[in-house]
Amino acid sequence: MILLLFIVILMVAGVLAWIVADQSPVLARWISLAALFANLLLTIFIWFNNPVVDSPNPWIAQFSVSWIPSFGISFSLALDGLSLLMLMLTFFLGIFAVLISWKEIQERVGFFHFNLLWVLAGITGVFLTMDLFLFYFFWEVMLIPMYFLIGIWGHENRRYAAYKFFIFTQASGLLMLLAILSLYFIHGGQTGFFTFDYFQLLKTTMDASTARWLMLGFLAAFIVKLPVVPFHTWLPDAHSQAPTAGSLILAGLLLKTGAYGLIRFVIPLFPTAALELAPYAMLLGVIGILYGAILAFAQTDLKRLVAYTSVSHMGFVILGVFAFNELAMQGVVMQMITHGISTGALFILAGALYERIHTRDITSMGGFWAKAPFMGTVGLVFVLASLGLPGLGNFVAEFLTLIGTWQSAPVLTIFATIGIVAATAYSLRIMQKVFLGKAPDKMIPDLSLREKFILVPMIVSIIWLGLFPQPVMNTVKKLIINQISNEQIITSNAVNPDEKINGIK
Amino acid sequence: MELSSINILDVLPGILLVTASLIAMLSIAIRRNHKLIFGVTTGSLLGVFIYLIIYATNHSFTVEPLFVIDGFGTFITGLIVLSSLAVSLLSYAYFEQREERKEEYYILLLLATLGSAMLVISKHFVSLFLGLEILSIALYSMVAYLRKREKSDEAGIKYLIIAAFSSAFLLFGMALVYAQTGSMDFKDIGIYMDSVSNNGLPLLLIAGFAMMIVGIGFKLGVAPFHMWTPDVYEGAPAPVTAFIATVSKGGMVVLLVRFFGQINGQHYPVIVLSFTVIAIASMFIGNFLAIRQNNVKRILAYSSIAHLGYLLVAFLAGGALGVEAVSFYLVAYFLTNIGAFGVIAILSDQERDAENIEDYQGLFWCHPKIATVFTAMLLSLAGIPLTGGFVGKFYLIASGVSAQLWLLIIVLAVNSVIGLYYYIKIIAVMFDKPKAFEALALRPRLYLINLITLVVLSILMIWYGVYPQALIERIQDFLK
Repeated sequence: MILLLFIVILMVAGVLAWIVADQSPVLARWISLAALFANLLLTIFIWFNNPVVDSPNPWIAQFSVSWIPSFGISFSLALDGLSLLMLMLTFFLGIFAVLISWKEIQERVGFFHFNLLWVLAGITGVFLTMDLFLFYFFWEVMLIPMYFLIGIWGHENRRYAAYKFFIFTQASGLLMLLAILSLYFIHGGQTGFFTFDYFQLLKTTMDASTARWLMLGFLAAFIVKLPVVPFHTWLPDAHSQAPTAGSLILAGLLLKTGAYGLIRFVIPLFPTAALELAPYAMLLGVIGILYGAILAFAQTDLKRLVAYTSVSHMGFVILGVFAFNELAMQGVVMQMITHGISTGALFILAGALYERIHTRDITSMGGFWAKAPFMGTVGLVFVLASLGLPGLGNFVAEFLTLIGTWQSAPVLTIFATIGIVAATAYSLRIMQKVFLGKAPDKMIPDLSLREKFILVPMIVSIIWLGLFPQPVMNTVKKLIINQISNEQIITSNAVNPDEKINGIK
Repeated sequence: MELSSINILDVLPGILLVTASLIAMLSIAIRRNHKLIFGVTTGSLLGVFIYLIIYATNHSFTVEPLFVIDGFGTFITGLIVLSSLAVSLLSYAYFEQREERKEEYYILLLLATLGSAMLVISKHFVSLFLGLEILSIALYSMVAYLRKREKSDEAGIKYLIIAAFSSAFLLFGMALVYAQTGSMDFKDIGIYMDSVSNNGLPLLLIAGFAMMIVGIGFKLGVAPFHMWTPDVYEGAPAPVTAFIATVSKGGMVVLLVRFFGQINGQHYPVIVLSFTVIAIASMFIGNFLAIRQNNVKRILAYSSIAHLGYLLVAFLAGGALGVEAVSFYLVAYFLTNIGAFGVIAILSDQERDAENIEDYQGLFWCHPKIATVFTAMLLSLAGIPLTGGFVGKFYLIASGVSAQLWLLIIVLAVNSVIGLYYYIKIIAVMFDKPKAFEALALRPRLYLINLITLVVLSILMIWYGVYPQALIERIQDFLK
């Protein structure tokens, strides 16, 4: 029941915010903030009350009611460690999305908060649902409000960016729908029991080629969202045109739904096919890491630059997911969280700069440290996080991923490591172009109290994640061990496992 | 067949519709009064609908040799009657501010409804043709009803010529089929085909079917027989366009489903192939041409071509799931289209319909309610979750997947994406910054009755998107 509450609170608050905004825009902001706070407290409450117990059941809470019984569709939610972490991230960043829009969004405030909360509700649904139809449903629910966020409150080229985002994600989502439906009918044909229930569908047996096709359907949706390199072109446009809150949610949360989908659906549903695909997926991951880093280095638009760093960082996710070992998977989960925070913070900084100087062009920036030292310090922290400085969360994430992948694909790991070097280059370039150099004549106000209130908790959490990552890892440990042992069984049954995993050398 | 053996209660809906149109006609003879005739029309449509709900559920009956009144037919009849009711509700305000002689419109509307209701229960070529002609002839005049507008006249004449032309094709086709099979009853034709199918279908029969497909294709407006659709949609008054898009085409679809089911169309590769080609062509042509339009009515016209292509997927999938899918999709499609054209009707003024895409610029900021309704309708057409259109499309894809029509399904998915582009285009315009104030003067004052109709339609549409189970159960109940 508490799981349903997460979604209902957000949806109701969204509608409320829309209604009250005509009278008082500030009230709409407070309502949104309160709803997100309530949800965050709920998740923290759950986290503390369910320490990583050693019970065999990884599910902390479950909720299920019948929705469309004729199709075997139920409104089925379940929470495990991974979902819990993702939810905490969602509400944590959601609060900042509301706060950062406090000054930036002055037009149509009600509708803005409605969309914001509904995107978050969609994301929450995606992280919770255990019914594949419902999953697709939420997958789409998070899309439309995001489209409006970009299309109405975005920057100059917003309409194009919104279109592109929408069509890319819709097209890939439809492929996933086809795969879901095929899976549904295959399972129904085998058991005579037609259902979209995740746990039932896990038991479906398929021949290799069917599994391959269906996996590609799911993969389409997730690698576009992640994004993996040939399918990333929507991302720089959407990120750079979206309002700050939109960029924050896109980078911090929407991309994570892709990673979540890989971990939750692709690998458990199609273990064998995923194993076959692994070398290629890892290769794409490495290409993404390097390509994203090189393009990030070449950008002059600050938001676009940060967007490309996302492409690069997300390369680690797909690399780690398909490495199939415990360390890499822990790294992936860490990466999902730390990247959400660090990149989100960089977008917030870019937004704060845009509010002050009305440009995102880094060639017309420089020397801001002298004018706004607090902002400079915050910038430094997140730039260092982005380049993977030990002591900050991102280092733990990328380091674990690399150690993990080294065991299965050493050559690729070497190239991935080069990506980290490249990350140093582009990250320091941000620092140099924006904060160092000759100070401008005009006044640059330093961070306001509200902005400090956003960025300081983010700094604290990224440092905390860097120093004490263990609680996070404990939370997802069970899930990871389950998955890895599953894969290992399959590997040991396969004809020639070494060749397959180490296929690319 | 003696008349006495027909249970009068079973054919009462048809009789009621005839009576209603007669009363409407007489009332004009006595005194012209828009309100009165509007009341008579809506009242009788509502009456028929209530009658269908109360009496006709799970009531199967045949009127030999012409009609079969079964669950499917009754369900669709109810849908048609309800749609006509919605159209007439939307028409009142629309015609009130335009034509001076607006009363005859309602007679035509009732007759067209009758024709469509006959189509969906016919099981014989004669009743098919009679129903079709009652529908078409009423539609000719409805399309051209606004005589003072050039486009309306043009559309009327175009529709007249093409519909007559396609009727001729249909008749010729039926004659050939009759010549070969010696029967005009759907079932007997099916039995005949079954008996000869081992040696392949005779050429004469195939020629007959080809002719019929041309005729039916024209009425449905599927590619390559779609040419009339955009012009007629554009020229016809907005409520009439809504009627053509839903009641007229829907009736034909249902007839096709019935005929196809009776002759076991799935077993004959020739027929399946031709409908597959038509379906794929309709999807692509409809969607691609819609992208290039700037006129909202034309966009919706092309999108309707594509949507009939989608429907043909479920139609080809056949089986119980296919019929369910068609029924559900029709409900969602009817709701959505009437809603969309209702929005156009509500925004139109005396001079012209609000059909240019510029008319919608910034609509969300000056008429948020209407824009929200329109957005919901467009999202439903695009098949986005939370709307009836999504569940409808899901149903279609499900039926296609279960019948393993992979090519059609992939084409459908690709086209859904193409379709998104132009639906989003309209939505983006509505959410744009409003234009200068002179443009807003185009909007007349809102009529409460239209607004209520639209709101009811959208609530239903969203309800069926969020909780489709009720409707699915209802449909399964009827189809039993």
